[in-house]
Amino acid sequence: MMATQTPVHAVLDQTSTTPPRRLVLEVLHDWIATVDHKKIGLMYIGYALIFLVVAGLEAILIRIQLAVPNNHFVSPQTFNRLFTMHGTTMVFFVGMPILFGFGNYLIPLMIGARDMAFPRLNAFSFWISAFGGTLLYFSYLGGDGLYGAGSAPDVGWWAYAPLTAHAFSPGHSTDYWTLAVLLSGIGTIGTALNIVATILCMRCPGMKLGRMPLFAWLYLVMSMLVFVTVSPLTAAQIMLMLDRYLGSHFFDTQAGGSAVLWMHFFWIFGHPEVYVLILPAFAYANEIIPVFSRKAIFGYPAMVAASVGIGFISLSVWAHHMFTVGMGAGANAFFTLATMVIGVPTGIKIFNWLATIWGGKVHFTVAMMFAVGFLFQFLIAGLTGIMLSAAPLDWQLGNSYFVVAHFHFVLVGAILFMLFSAFYYWFPKMTGRMLSERIGKWHFWIFLIGFHLTFDLMHIPGLLGMPRRIYTYEADRGWAMWNMLISSGGFIQAIGTLLFVYNMIWSYFKGAVAGADPWDAWTLEWSTTSPPPDYNFAKIPTVESRRPLWDLKHPEDPDSNYE
Amino acid sequence: MSEAAIIPQHETEAWKLPSRGVVGMACLILAEAAIFIIFVVAYLFYLGKSLSGPTPRDVLELPVFTSICLLSSSLTLHLAVASLHKGATRLCSLWLAITVLLGGIFLVGTGMEWYHLIYVDGLTIRTNLFGTTFYSLVGLHGFHVIVGLFLLSLALLFSLRGQLNNSHTEKLEVLSLYWHFVDAVWIVVLLVVYVFGR
Repeated sequence: MMATQTPVHAVLDQTSTTPPRRLVLEVLHDWIATVDHKKIGLMYIGYALIFLVVAGLEAILIRIQLAVPNNHFVSPQTFNRLFTMHGTTMVFFVGMPILFGFGNYLIPLMIGARDMAFPRLNAFSFWISAFGGTLLYFSYLGGDGLYGAGSAPDVGWWAYAPLTAHAFSPGHSTDYWTLAVLLSGIGTIGTALNIVATILCMRCPGMKLGRMPLFAWLYLVMSMLVFVTVSPLTAAQIMLMLDRYLGSHFFDTQAGGSAVLWMHFFWIFGHPEVYVLILPAFAYANEIIPVFSRKAIFGYPAMVAASVGIGFISLSVWAHHMFTVGMGAGANAFFTLATMVIGVPTGIKIFNWLATIWGGKVHFTVAMMFAVGFLFQFLIAGLTGIMLSAAPLDWQLGNSYFVVAHFHFVLVGAILFMLFSAFYYWFPKMTGRMLSERIGKWHFWIFLIGFHLTFDLMHIPGLLGMPRRIYTYEADRGWAMWNMLISSGGFIQAIGTLLFVYNMIWSYFKGAVAGADPWDAWTLEWSTTSPPPDYNFAKIPTVESRRPLWDLKHPEDPDSNYE
Repeated sequence: MSEAAIIPQHETEAWKLPSRGVVGMACLILAEAAIFIIFVVAYLFYLGKSLSGPTPRDVLELPVFTSICLLSSSLTLHLAVASLHKGATRLCSLWLAITVLLGGIFLVGTGMEWYHLIYVDGLTIRTNLFGTTFYSLVGLHGFHVIVGLFLLSLALLFSLRGQLNNSHTEKLEVLSLYWHFVDAVWIVVLLVVYVFGR
């Protein structure tokens, strides 16, 4: 293994290795004024992690409230605010920024570029998203107007009409929600635009589209999806603001407006958004599983085709969120079929990952353990998804805890697990230090147990008829034991997450020094130092295959002979 | 590990990638198109569903002159880009000025139309669903015209100060893509609102 060798580029690198000590204010100014993709990426990740802890605490409060029947731990009004803020924060201010953070940091490194295509737009997008998140939480102070006591939005993260009308949402809480989501949408479109332009226009010589790491392919598809999904939400938010401020009637049923139209507009965004969130998780799996199976990815062209296929099909499934609205048999049949069809490209991906592991020399590092957890849990999430896609079954289970369990299997079991995996894999590149494998294994097992305790069991009260978003329930429903177990699982996950935070802080200062290429990996980001210098590559690399570092390490048997 | 493996060995063909300005603008246009589609869908969905008058047939008139002005401004902007490409900077300034003028005429025309609708016909955004969807769709387009005019005026200012030369052709071309998009949207709005919608 050629784990910790200094890359040859370092010879050409004439800059000093020990920068002079600087004042705190200088460092701060450096971060705030930066247009460097790595710093912006880290800011995205840090900002998302802060909101992850905040929204996680909200989830814990929700679970305390639901742990026992007839509970009054929080007031009903507070409960509504908690699930609204939990959902909105997790989707817009945790999921999106953390994925963009990894994308920002890694895409230029992986395609051999020195920065994103539009560095200043990159900074703008980050700061406007950050402002959106701040605005959302400022509603706790200013939601009723500055003179009264504050209140956060309480309309649910779908914000269905007419709940958002002035009559039902007095004060400014809904306006804070609208503006926060609108601003984050602008930032999202800016960053997605940047990612597409970077991938198409900044690749190093030899990096043809068919040689790009699958990571870049997945981010390309995800960004294209952002344009056609986040924009409709932006349009719907503009309409909502016109309704609330200028008295227009888009979603005002008394003047002939339609509440169902909002549902359509919201889910035209809302469902593809799930794919926007999961495609980056696929991206991490595509990089991490091959490296720890010591094999090249199985079926590269099929993986690309499946990703593009998911992108297209995901645009035609939105109304499976609306089976209970009563759309008629034709629409129900169409959206049922379209939703089931998406299982095909997704299945191709799962089989390709399994085929990559098959016969490989698997290294069970913490990153690989989380990736394997992702594979299993994503499969289960997909299977309950197929169940819910059947309109008749959805009539029974729609808006129940079964649905909540299903999508948390996707968001936590698949996306969050893969994010943890990505942290263990790329933390050495970003900081120069390895995360502790010992603490990491504790983190994995504790989080795994907590996750399954919570979300496996959450399907059952759903099947027993427990609706989502209820404040409390009677003791004679038979839901009490399940809810107690679900809530205790939530606490176990919280302990796992705390271990992860502790691991990051401890390893940042005390972790083993990583070197440039601790995993003996094959993509370009491992060819430069950890952390990379501001300019990434002293010399722009040239590639001849999908695994440039493999070629470099094995000149006698380069991949370019086989592709 | 040797340096040689990362340096081109037999691959010496020219490495050419698309311009990031054009790609970035294409992405923006895609995102903007999605926003407009939602507003057009809302307009069509609510067509004829207003609970009270006035209706489109009562008050709307086909804005022939202003539409001709806006659409021909695409042509003049194209001529501006072409003359800049050839290095004819004075000609470029002239075409840019005409473009800004034509766009300005369109905005004034829209303003006059809206004034008439509001103060004579009594149609505001609160009146009925027609008012709601009409003002938001046409207003969204008008907002894009204003942004485009602002950017074009900046380009005109630079060219009048002699700071524009043919090395800026690509930048002006990227801006012209945006302006062509705004014009194309107007064709859709014109057809939906003033032709089929009446």
